[in-house]
Amino acid sequence: MASAFERIADIIAENSEVKRDAITPDSHVINDLGIDSLDFLDIVFAIDKAFGIKVPVEAWTQEVNAGTAPPEKYFVMKNLATRVEELVAAKAA
Amino acid sequence: MLLEYFSMIDRVVTVTPEAITATSTVPESSPVFEGHFPGHPLVPGVLLIETMAQASGFLLLSRIDFSRMAFLASVKEAKLRSFVAPRAALTIEASLVHDGSGYAVTSARILAEGKRICDAELTFRIMDFPDPKLEQAMRARAVEIGMTPA
Repeated sequence: MASAFERIADIIAENSEVKRDAITPDSHVINDLGIDSLDFLDIVFAIDKAFGIKVPVEAWTQEVNAGTAPPEKYFVMKNLATRVEELVAAKAA
Repeated sequence: MLLEYFSMIDRVVTVTPEAITATSTVPESSPVFEGHFPGHPLVPGVLLIETMAQASGFLLLSRIDFSRMAFLASVKEAKLRSFVAPRAALTIEASLVHDGSGYAVTSARILAEGKRICDAELTFRIMDFPDPKLEQAMRARAVEIGMTPA
């Protein structure tokens, strides 16, 4: 099966105007890929469905806004993929 | 149903955590019909979508005891299958497709005389009420249409 990064990158390409080959592990979803909040909603919905999880975007955003977590922790592709893998593992546990 | 006030739902018949059924009757006259269309009054398609959105919104608010607001964010796969004329009796059905973090997705449709007249998949942002007046208004409206918000 494709890695979480590859699956998320495919989802982003399918749900935004970002070209698949422009998405790298170091891409920042917002700053580099320019995904707006509405496209991001669609992307999160697609990730939730594809992985059978509920990506806690509100909690992540609150952490970033409060300064308790750097944006890169959640919104750089390789880290987003890691977070999704953690959510999948937590659900399976 | 008062089209000019965007008051689209007359009555909630049933509501569960997963689905809602509501009813509404299109008024015989409305300023909306003066323009849409002269000599051929029809409920505008955007107001049918609004009707599905309001039913979905009440479903989503009931799930969270009216603690936050649901704002329509996107409309997908909308199909307007039949004209809706004055005096039409409508049944609006909406069901939860997905409850996400800060958003929710519903599937909704409207029927008239048992026939499906429109349907769509709707996405909502779930956010804090931006003003206490809005929360009060939503709770008051819910009571008017037969719901019992906490």
